[in-house]
Amino acid sequence: MPYVTGEETTARTQAAGRPENVVRKSLITSMLDSDIWHSFKRSKITILAAIVTFLIFFGALFAPLIAPQNPFDPANLSLIDSLIPPVWEEGGDARFLLGTDDQGRGILSTLLYGSRISLAVGFASVIFAAILGISLGLLAGYVGGRTDAVIMRIADIQLTFPAILIALLIDGSLRGALGGINREQSAFYVLVFSIGLSFWVQYARTVRSSTLVEKNKEYVQAARLIGLHPIKIMVRHVLPNVMGPVLVIATINLALAIITEATLSFLGVGIPPTQPSLGTMIRIGNDFLFSGEWWITMFPGVMLAILVLAVNLLGDWLRDALNPRLR
Amino acid sequence: MPRCSGGACHFSMLAFVIQRLFQSALVMLIVALIAFVMFTFIGDPVDQMVGLETTLEEREQLREQLGLKDPVPIQFINYIGRAIQGDFGISYQFKRPVATMIGERLPATLELSMVSALFALIAGIPMGVYTALKRDSFISKIFLTVSLVGISLPTFLIGILLIFVFAVQLQWLPSFGRGQTVDLGWWTTGLLTSSGIKALIMPAITLGLFQMTLIMRLVRSEMLEVLRTDYIKFARARGLRDRAIHFGHALKNTLVPVITITGLQLGAIIAFAIITETVFSWPGMGLLFLQAVQDVDIPIMSAYLLMIAFLFVVINLIVDLLYVFVDPRIRITGGET
Amino acid sequence: MMNEILVSVKDLVVEFPMRKRTLTAVNGISFEIIKGEMLGVVGESGAGKSMTGAAIIGLIEPPGRITNGEIHLREERIDRLPSEIMRGIRGKRIGVIFQDPLTSLNPLYTVGQQLTETIEYHLKTGAAEARKKAIALLDRVGIPNPSVRIDQYPHQFSGGMRQRVVIALALCSDPEVIIADEPTTALDVSIQAQILDLIKELAKERQVGVILITHDMGVIAETTDRVAVMYNGEIVETGPTKKVLGEPEHDYTKSLIAAVPRPDRKFHRFPQISYGGRETVFDIKDLARNWPETKKSEGPLVEVRNITKKFLEKSSFIPSQRKYFTAVDEVSFGINTGEVFGLVGESGSGKSTIARMIAALYKLDGGEIDFDGKLVTRTDKNAMFEFRRQIQMIFQDPYSSLNPRHRVDRIIAEPALHLGVIPKENVQDRVAELLDKVGLGAESGIKYPHEFSGGQRQRISIARALATQPRFLICDEPTSALDVSIQAQILNILKDLQEHLGLTMLFISHDLPVVRQMCDRVGVLKDGKLLEVQETDKLFTNPQTDYTKELLQLMPKTDMLSTEGLSA
Repeated sequence: MPYVTGEETTARTQAAGRPENVVRKSLITSMLDSDIWHSFKRSKITILAAIVTFLIFFGALFAPLIAPQNPFDPANLSLIDSLIPPVWEEGGDARFLLGTDDQGRGILSTLLYGSRISLAVGFASVIFAAILGISLGLLAGYVGGRTDAVIMRIADIQLTFPAILIALLIDGSLRGALGGINREQSAFYVLVFSIGLSFWVQYARTVRSSTLVEKNKEYVQAARLIGLHPIKIMVRHVLPNVMGPVLVIATINLALAIITEATLSFLGVGIPPTQPSLGTMIRIGNDFLFSGEWWITMFPGVMLAILVLAVNLLGDWLRDALNPRLR
Repeated sequence: MPRCSGGACHFSMLAFVIQRLFQSALVMLIVALIAFVMFTFIGDPVDQMVGLETTLEEREQLREQLGLKDPVPIQFINYIGRAIQGDFGISYQFKRPVATMIGERLPATLELSMVSALFALIAGIPMGVYTALKRDSFISKIFLTVSLVGISLPTFLIGILLIFVFAVQLQWLPSFGRGQTVDLGWWTTGLLTSSGIKALIMPAITLGLFQMTLIMRLVRSEMLEVLRTDYIKFARARGLRDRAIHFGHALKNTLVPVITITGLQLGAIIAFAIITETVFSWPGMGLLFLQAVQDVDIPIMSAYLLMIAFLFVVINLIVDLLYVFVDPRIRITGGET
Repeated sequence: MMNEILVSVKDLVVEFPMRKRTLTAVNGISFEIIKGEMLGVVGESGAGKSMTGAAIIGLIEPPGRITNGEIHLREERIDRLPSEIMRGIRGKRIGVIFQDPLTSLNPLYTVGQQLTETIEYHLKTGAAEARKKAIALLDRVGIPNPSVRIDQYPHQFSGGMRQRVVIALALCSDPEVIIADEPTTALDVSIQAQILDLIKELAKERQVGVILITHDMGVIAETTDRVAVMYNGEIVETGPTKKVLGEPEHDYTKSLIAAVPRPDRKFHRFPQISYGGRETVFDIKDLARNWPETKKSEGPLVEVRNITKKFLEKSSFIPSQRKYFTAVDEVSFGINTGEVFGLVGESGSGKSTIARMIAALYKLDGGEIDFDGKLVTRTDKNAMFEFRRQIQMIFQDPYSSLNPRHRVDRIIAEPALHLGVIPKENVQDRVAELLDKVGLGAESGIKYPHEFSGGQRQRISIARALATQPRFLICDEPTSALDVSIQAQILNILKDLQEHLGLTMLFISHDLPVVRQMCDRVGVLKDGKLLEVQETDKLFTNPQTDYTKELLQLMPKTDMLSTEGLSA
């Protein structure tokens, strides 16, 4: 007798009907929708995280309307205003609540504009990675065989390398290939491409493993029975059933993507200093840390940490809320 | 140790090891291909190596010398041949052999990575076990909060904060460099001098903190998963002591998946060293690589890629062997009746 | 010494506080177990049987808790003992056997390590003595060559052997009482009988009291001395097994017993003794009026010739190194128009694979299938489309056979729409009609599958299958995931369909009594080979092969069950 795999075991126990579970399962699924909302309401820290995330999103989205000045417009800047400390320190200036950097950009305005870039890169690369990963994962899981082997082998190899390294390599190679032209315009796309490409594996693996489970379920057999086209089965039947974990990964990856962007910018290969993101601001400020101008680094640093922490908290909550076993 | 009847068990283990070695070789080959493609097609090596005053003829001659006129597959084979002999070409920027440059900087990176990895494991695993077993205790909540902050703070920011507090404000620890090193001939170490150790503290914490939180969270979630299994319930139903259930049954089962991912994390440490080395101006491979990325110094980039891939492959191989040692389901197949 | 009470449960209430309301899993039950006695606790899903067992050993999962009542082990009250003291009782004085032997043992420790650990702890013996006792125990539970096998890991044992190890673990501290929670549900019939015999034998031999929790009336009839019937958290009837099963008093017990499929005689329909509002309206005759006339075709509707299916067991780059497992081996049979043809066999016999091959879900590795006299080939797209219009399938697991993200009306409409059976504008009416006919009501269309119970979902499956007005219906273990009373309902519906719509059916099951009630002819499968095909009555009275004889032998005996309400 061949070794009985886990899948067969569960199938068999289900078939045999584990009486108590049947009732519990339907109870949980029927209450799931409302339970997500309930668990949100119950967790104060999650509500706080949601509010903070919303505020930062709002600030970033409407930065041109809220910010006291436009730091990306050289006409607005004056070197006389450079390196002014925050308003409560000695020598502070009421025009610049949080002080200015070496080029006379107000830290507060730059923060609003900078988080705009950070979030844009974060979202764009998460979407890019998700679309790529979901499609490949669905394909690998549903089609199986050689397609699966090739896709997952690539994924395995890539997974051995940390995302940041992949992003650095792609970034470096792309800039080599582009020959350093148009750095300012290309930087955004290069970043989105390199971060997105370094994160697709997680989606692909998750979607593939859920697809492998879903594909053997009988509703997929029922769809195959009537001769539905495989692509229709994948999109209509399988995809909606594998999206739960994807949502969790996407949230947590948003935080990771923002960190990665900040890290690349800090390392000097991301967003150029003329239109700084949060990471670029920290890089600029790092040079002034020893001479006492701490605010150039610290405010973007705190902003970054709060943003990522809030998004992570939302991701953590979402994962627990979608996983009924943890409750 | 289990008793295997006949040679079946040795055979399956040997087959497993051979299969893994084969896979590792395949990974190295693919990475070499990527490195080669970068090396050959991104930017023109000749343009990078010569000055503007070099004539076209001289350039052609150099091209010939470098074997750039050979068919691409031959170039690839030559590239691999050279790489195996430790020849990664000449840096565009520094005009020195890449192998020598990496060799000089390898000890710094490895020393930093090892100390950080040890720190991450020694702190991470017990914290993970504790938070899984005492889910609702006050200390668990503190650990979990700290871990969330640890995951949310980018590595470079942790480094900057540490520098700001301990180097700028308190002036206890140095903010850059390796301190005094001792040259052992084949290796330079900072672990033998007090200034070397002092210089290591902040970079090691910076690099290890993120991995520590990851390991802790991983151990916690795996352990919670194991504690829900039927065999743990059955062990409880047999009335065994909590200690025997938690540290005998549950911990061992937890460590099986943790070993794999921890292996990957140790690899990640070497790569994340790039950031830490930049923040602390630590004279390691990462710093070299980063400068290469900024200057598009392709030979260094591709050599670093190969180097890292090699280290990862070795780590993964060790992890796989450990896995075999821990999990009898891989070690012994068959024999079912 | 007679009537020595080991465990007594009095007015036990177990509650699960939920967000919206408190779920009462066990509602004021009382019973006792006497030395050397086998007490059966029987009931359907959610009756609270397993919770009763968990309450006795003090392992109710939070947030559940005992809110009332007392549990005594001999003289000692054990329901509110501190956990350290309870731990000394659990495993030492009360042994437990769980349902699934595959997950009950820790995969990283040898069987011996798990045994000796428990023995050393409870009996305070040294390592050598514990090992000696462990080997003796393994020998006693029927594990051959125990002194070698003691050092093997669980994955080296088969399912039945593992359950023997689990029994040895439950016995190793010489407990006074054993709680066995569905101990054979995950096992094949042949192994099930062996394990039950073993438990029975050991209980008598060691004078242990056994609480056997099961949903299976056959198991109760065969093994227990006394039985408690649970429904909705309450014990509705208790007494000697013979009396309760033979002359049930409570309506629920009666309905439960009437729903048990009998292996000895075919009955017309399962009687629907209503209890707790379970009766449903199902009016198939109405549906028959619009049903396309069934053509009487010459010869069989489906003919299967020498079909073979191999699955890759071990993959390899080199074709000659690949290992295949032959799931279906040169099987041939025919299904006549209007007939219910049964395929019966244990797990792994290939019965579901055959169903999927006929449904064109699997490619054939050999052989041919004719439908309505024409060869079924994948190459002819139009013929394939026509073929798919005429067959439908009802699957085993009602929890996975409906897409949880689709609304019920969409689920039912999809096959009919895709196959172009009904014009688009008529779809809604058709879905509403079908839902009405299967007794769910037209308004159920806007709900999602999770809002329905298992039996209701299976009726949605039936509606989906009927929407395309098929001629041939494949039922792959359609009731094996359901409770007996629900099973009876679904089987009645299938009988109606066959009778009034003239459907031809392939009925797959591992359950011989169900096959007896459903099928006209039956084929017996073992290891992918078709051993014999017989008319159902002949198969049960005069089996031709040893394997069939053995299978019939192993069927739980239901002689003592009351036949009230049954008619041929």
